[in-house]
Amino acid sequence: MHPIISTVLKRLGLGLLTLFFVSIIIFSSVEMLPGDFGESVLGQAATEETVAAFRKELGLDKPAYQRYFDWIGAVAKGDLGTSFSGRAASGVDRSRRVVDLVVPRLKNTLFLAVMAAVIAVPLSLILGITAALFRNSFYDRSVNAFTLISISLPDFFVAYLLILFFASLKVLEPFGIVFPSLANISADMPLGERLFKSALPALTLTLVIVAHMMRMTRAAIINLLASPYIEMARLKGISKFKVIVHHALPNAWAPIVNVIAFNLAYLVVGVVIVEVVFVYPGIGQLMVDAVSTRDIPVVQACALIFAATYILLNLLADVVSIASNPRLLHPR
Amino acid sequence: MNTNNSNNKEVLLQIKDLHIDGFSDNKWHDIIKGVDLTLHKGEVLGLIGESGAGKSTLGLAAMGFARPGCRLKSGSIVFDGQELMGMKERNKRELWGTRIAYVAQSAAAAFNPAFRLMDQTIESGVRSNTMSEADAKKDARDLFEALQLPDPQNIGDRYPHQVSGGQLQRVMTAMAMSSRPDLIIFDEPTTALDVTTQVNVLAAIRKVVRQFNTAAIYITHDLAVVAQMADVIKVLRYGETMEEADTRKMLSHPEHPYTKSLWAVRSIEKTPEPKTENVLEIKNVTAAYGRGENVLHDVSINLPRGRTVAIVGESGSGKSTAARVVTGLLPPSQGSVLFNGEALPAKLSGRSVDQLRRIQMIYQSADTAMNPRHKVRDIIGRPLAFYHDVSGAELDKRVEELLNMIELDASYMDRFPGELSGGQKQRICIARAIAADPEVVICDEVTSALDQIVQEGILKLLLKLQKELNISYLFITHDIATVKAISDEIVVMYQGKVVEQGVKADIFSPPYPEYTELLLASVPEMDPDWLDKVLDADKIPLDAS
Repeated sequence: MHPIISTVLKRLGLGLLTLFFVSIIIFSSVEMLPGDFGESVLGQAATEETVAAFRKELGLDKPAYQRYFDWIGAVAKGDLGTSFSGRAASGVDRSRRVVDLVVPRLKNTLFLAVMAAVIAVPLSLILGITAALFRNSFYDRSVNAFTLISISLPDFFVAYLLILFFASLKVLEPFGIVFPSLANISADMPLGERLFKSALPALTLTLVIVAHMMRMTRAAIINLLASPYIEMARLKGISKFKVIVHHALPNAWAPIVNVIAFNLAYLVVGVVIVEVVFVYPGIGQLMVDAVSTRDIPVVQACALIFAATYILLNLLADVVSIASNPRLLHPR
Repeated sequence: MNTNNSNNKEVLLQIKDLHIDGFSDNKWHDIIKGVDLTLHKGEVLGLIGESGAGKSTLGLAAMGFARPGCRLKSGSIVFDGQELMGMKERNKRELWGTRIAYVAQSAAAAFNPAFRLMDQTIESGVRSNTMSEADAKKDARDLFEALQLPDPQNIGDRYPHQVSGGQLQRVMTAMAMSSRPDLIIFDEPTTALDVTTQVNVLAAIRKVVRQFNTAAIYITHDLAVVAQMADVIKVLRYGETMEEADTRKMLSHPEHPYTKSLWAVRSIEKTPEPKTENVLEIKNVTAAYGRGENVLHDVSINLPRGRTVAIVGESGSGKSTAARVVTGLLPPSQGSVLFNGEALPAKLSGRSVDQLRRIQMIYQSADTAMNPRHKVRDIIGRPLAFYHDVSGAELDKRVEELLNMIELDASYMDRFPGELSGGQKQRICIARAIAADPEVVICDEVTSALDQIVQEGILKLLLKLQKELNISYLFITHDIATVKAISDEIVVMYQGKVVEQGVKADIFSPPYPEYTELLLASVPEMDPDWLDKVLDADKIPLDAS
């Protein structure tokens, strides 16, 4: 077997193991949450018997380790369980499966993440490469300063600034563009409208993550510019731009890709504040709501999806860094 | 190549009163101070001098290039009628790689690890639109063949890490040749290679340079090498020309005192002393890194007390691995190490402080072997405090004594390594080793990174300390001249095995085992005809390495 494939399989196995440990941590943290779903739904007036019966119905009376194994066993079979909410004491079970709650929200979040990534990743690579090319110039300093400011501002602040300029003051109105301040998209909207409504949150996310990726691209390339093979390339008469893009960049992928993966993960798991500001129906909001109502199956499902996203993206970054290393790709 | 008929040839490169500045410590210093240089078409000029003499700076200036942190200040550089001084980089790039090419010191670092050799070889030729990609590839394969590379049809498909250092250096020569430049700058092209590999590369370079009548500037610090390659030799020191003459005249009648001192350096030779009882015995040691293949095969080496045993061999022969086994950094899979007749614990962690104290190490690169944030006082004081538990005023007194032993004074106590010269740094490392009061010191290529004059000082110091303190040295080196200078006994290693061992006089006199003969025959001599003689005698297999 090619060493790359065996490495990937090994990493994949390690990733699953990590996910398993994370699931234990998730379950224990949810256990440690104060309060109880039964009490919070039935209210203080409920008798102890009612609460106990309700707990029994939800399976909350079993010992923690048993509930953990029931949960993780079901997850392994692809069943995320049933939400607690909707099982009000009325006797009519209107609860929904967790999958039905999570999947539409996850789709929305991924839509926004992909939209932000499609803008941010090429943008930061271009900015990083050009900043390295014209390093210490006015351009380089401006790009650095601008991205540093955008990463230093809290994301909700960036979001409100964008709303202020593009939705309230309507600075683009002369061009016929007024972005909506609410990004309340739904699945049945046409793609164009969804893109338009998601523009401001996507722009906010872009501003937040560009700095990190751009600065790493710039640093990784500049770090290589002192290498003898870069000097050699210059002395072969190759233009500065080609030296950077053709000779430096292919050797700089490993650190850049790691930072990109880190930021893409943020786009999925760290966007809750931006979602709240724009009332965007994403998975972050779903999780916050579920925590406040003690809807344990939903909380656990969201947390597990976040963990899997992190692990998967980092795995992908590892694979790309390995594949960009000719020593591993072409062994002696 | 040593025939000099430059008088009736056209001038290719004319440098006049060149000044180059380098930026350090927040100000500009002059590195090249008014050097003149004339090179005719098809002529090879040898540029020699110690590190810091400005050889590489001058070589690159011949291309109109200054490294970052340097600037071409004044003077003129005329290449084939064009003034490079003040020329725009865009215009200079049209010359680079096509009419003037560069061959760098470390081929392993100068090839882009991400691309196949062929793509890098033909890059210049294709870029300048002088030939199509297919023609360039065909031509490159012919060059690979002319340079005696193995499998010339397919070697271009490999990545840099897939071929050896000697092969890479020849591929780089092919790369420089591919657009048939008028001038090639060779910047120490064989310095990083083993001697047996060096001969092949020298022969290959000389062959193609003659074949295409290319002019060259050949930069090196090795006189014997430059004697084989150059028509004219120019000696550089502190950015100034000391002397310039035809190769034969320069070798037989050097005039400048500095040139004479360079010529005289390699003259120390230790008179071997009688054998004593063994302080260290390496017994039938076999060792490997991790689960890899064995790097040492059944190696046995004895080190007598107060004597020097030199371990010679090429890179990859297992010299340094043997040292790692002795120090306990690499436990052997079989065999043992005896110290004063008693077996040492194989692992470092199993050894007592006293056992650790008795074996000390000095490394090749003094730069990286010292913590740059520690002062000399701390560097030398640390083993004193650790092994001998001295502190305060007594510690200072001991450090001062040690500094005196290595011929430095107490004023060096408060300096950082960055404020010392290369030779002084290595002296501090020696002081650190003897501060522990060891019985055995392992010297791993301790003079390889130093200039020849500085090397001589370090070797003399080591000999003096051995006499005073009765220390035994296990001296690892690839340099035969150093072996002659320091050793009582010699161990020749090849591919993890001991080929030959014995007292110096026996090793250096025939009959030789095959490998020892190859090794000795590969050491360049100060005779301009040496390379021809070696090649004629057919002692060295040219397609090797």
